[in-house]
Amino acid sequence: MSSNVTTAGDQPVYNTKVVKQFAIMTVVWGIVGMLVGVIIAAELIWPDINFNLPWLHFGRLRPLHTNAVVFAFGGCALFTSVYHVVQRTCQASLFGGPLAAFTFWGWQLIIVAAAITLPLGMTTAKEYAELEWPIDIAITLVWVSFAVVFFGTIMKRRTKHIYVANWFFGAFIITIAVLHLGNSAAIPVTATKSYSAYAGTIDAMVQWWYGHNAVGFFLTAGFLGMMYYFVPKQAGRPVYSYRLSIVHFWALIAVYIWAGPHHLMYSALPDWAQSLGMVMSLILLAPSWGGMINGMMTLSGAWHKLRDDPTLRFLVVSLSFYGMSTFEGPMMSIKTVNALSHNTDWTIGHVHSGALGWVAMVSIGMLYNLIPVLYKRAQMYSVSLINLHFWMSTIGTVLYIASMWVNGIAQGLMWRAFNTDGTLTYSFAESIEASYPGYYVRFLGGVIFLCGMLIMAYNVWRTVRGDVQEQKAVSAEVQAA
Amino acid sequence: MSTFWSIWIIFMVVVTIAGCTWLLFATRKVEVTKETEDGEAPKTGHVYDGIEEYDNPLPGWWFKMFVGTVIFAIGYLILYPGFGSFPGVLGWTQVGQWQEEVAEAEMKYAPIYAQYSEMPVEELITQPEAMKMSRRLFNNNCSVCHGSDGRGSYGFPNLADSDWLYGGTADQIKTSITHGRKGAMPAWGAVIGEEGVDTVAEYVFKLSGREHDEAKATAGTQTFATYCAACHGADGKGMTMLGAPDLTDGVWLYGGSPSLVRHSIRNGRNGNMPAQADKLKAEKIHLLAAYVYNLSKNQ
Repeated sequence: MSSNVTTAGDQPVYNTKVVKQFAIMTVVWGIVGMLVGVIIAAELIWPDINFNLPWLHFGRLRPLHTNAVVFAFGGCALFTSVYHVVQRTCQASLFGGPLAAFTFWGWQLIIVAAAITLPLGMTTAKEYAELEWPIDIAITLVWVSFAVVFFGTIMKRRTKHIYVANWFFGAFIITIAVLHLGNSAAIPVTATKSYSAYAGTIDAMVQWWYGHNAVGFFLTAGFLGMMYYFVPKQAGRPVYSYRLSIVHFWALIAVYIWAGPHHLMYSALPDWAQSLGMVMSLILLAPSWGGMINGMMTLSGAWHKLRDDPTLRFLVVSLSFYGMSTFEGPMMSIKTVNALSHNTDWTIGHVHSGALGWVAMVSIGMLYNLIPVLYKRAQMYSVSLINLHFWMSTIGTVLYIASMWVNGIAQGLMWRAFNTDGTLTYSFAESIEASYPGYYVRFLGGVIFLCGMLIMAYNVWRTVRGDVQEQKAVSAEVQAA
Repeated sequence: MSTFWSIWIIFMVVVTIAGCTWLLFATRKVEVTKETEDGEAPKTGHVYDGIEEYDNPLPGWWFKMFVGTVIFAIGYLILYPGFGSFPGVLGWTQVGQWQEEVAEAEMKYAPIYAQYSEMPVEELITQPEAMKMSRRLFNNNCSVCHGSDGRGSYGFPNLADSDWLYGGTADQIKTSITHGRKGAMPAWGAVIGEEGVDTVAEYVFKLSGREHDEAKATAGTQTFATYCAACHGADGKGMTMLGAPDLTDGVWLYGGSPSLVRHSIRNGRNGNMPAQADKLKAEKIHLLAAYVYNLSKNQ
């Protein structure tokens, strides 16, 4: 294989310690975050299981769930991926010496601080940015260190060009810094209480500028970077189209930043801002799909590998869910559709087709590829357990999304149903009652997905220990599945 | 929006959309120009940790989809607000849309309500269709506080009994709905002291025929006469004009336990029935009054 490494020969000594640490914590926080998700899904069915304790109230556990899955699980997965990929594709060890270790311990401390303060009710009440100001400052410090390590490594690379995965990582790191600083601006009152620097509609707009781009840059751009390394790696195929990656990268980052207002349709937000949020969300469809096409088509000529490689299946199915939710998103931003979908469970379903189907599954695919590499094993302990995990994740996600679609559309239709005299046909409580079947199915889907994560934890543990399952049984089971 | 911000927004929109379109056309290559011997697209020559890149063309359907969304966006921004302060050729606003829908509903539903507007409440309750409509109105507008059965809740009066704070005639009910009611029981804790609260509470229990401490009740008699009788009456039977509750009937809006009654005396209570005049047309209030009147009449 040819190489464009300028100084060929000596391999740099990669920092794998920090990559290993983040990889293991990805598994841990994934389980924790999803467990909290399952608990709050259960609370929606059986409200009494909060035992009347304020710390277990839905309103406090919900931000704990979102923070744990987005920033603890997703965040650790991104750190893992960034630190591994930037070293390998730049042929350079991590820049900044102890800074990388600082980002690991700093990020873990922030997660622990979140897990303590949120159940105690300390919150800014800004969605996905609930953490109070001292923790926000800590996030800023860790994030700047992260940027220094990443861009420092890019600067000292020994390859002539910068690989596409790193473009996405770079955009993700810079934009999240800007979003975090912009949205978290607040006036502290005490150590645990602050007030937003913005008021009214402007506060809402700043919040959703942040909120949607947390999705756009944290959960999309960052994970696309992950995809751009692990899909071609696992498939053993070249990336499908270099020029497609150029167009969709620049279009994606330029247009995503406009999409926030689609969270505020038919609100006090001025009409012009709503319209721009809607049309930019529609333009976003093609750039989003560019990443899906590039990932999927990378497999052309290697489709047969899907038959016996469940890791690759994780990656490909994650791209399918990515494609589906990035189609659904622009559709939901159309005013007419939004009038039906807004405030219903449809939104929750949409988020989870991205969160479970895309973010979690691509991260799981990454871990199954990376754990053997990091611990110098031939492969994961058990391929058949990967296969089992794959089916549990897929079924869990499908149950979750389908139940929320049904609920969302039912709620939307019930809320807008009129009697012949112009009165509303249903009360709000009746729409809740009609949602119960969906709540049960959603809970079941979540439990299945969580159990899959536990299987992964076992598989990872055995792999790290150096165990290998007997091979014959593996291939037989994989073929059967 | 000031001219500066309008121009700024237009500028940013144009830069974003035109920039993406330019990039799309500039990097467009529909055909594979130089195929390799194995029939595959040429590679870029970059290798990163063993990963290579093909230089495949942009998929044609994807290119067209991208262009399609841009065309839609431009069309939408011509028709609707979005391009700075340009209001769009359709002149659409969300407030305008809402007003249109309300006017349309008004046209459609007003005659249905008008047919009952002159009918006295006492007669309305014999009209099954009118009562069906009034029940829906109640569910939409009143049940959040008073319950879907109208039996109220802690702090929210039961409308399905025969006990009325502000009177139970059709006209009185209508006035309560139209203009709302503000119940204000002052806080007496600071005035009569904890001992006063204690003794007056016992006197109130005596008035309502409940178990009480006779000595304390006797001690509370004078306090009641001085501070409470003005509103609740010397006999404690309340006063409809002020909405002061009858203390002798065994109905306790804020709970009848010894500690809750003491709490009411010590800290006062503020009831607030919001006025519906701005929200509901007189014809609808008329029907609602009939519904509430009927609820209590059935007891």
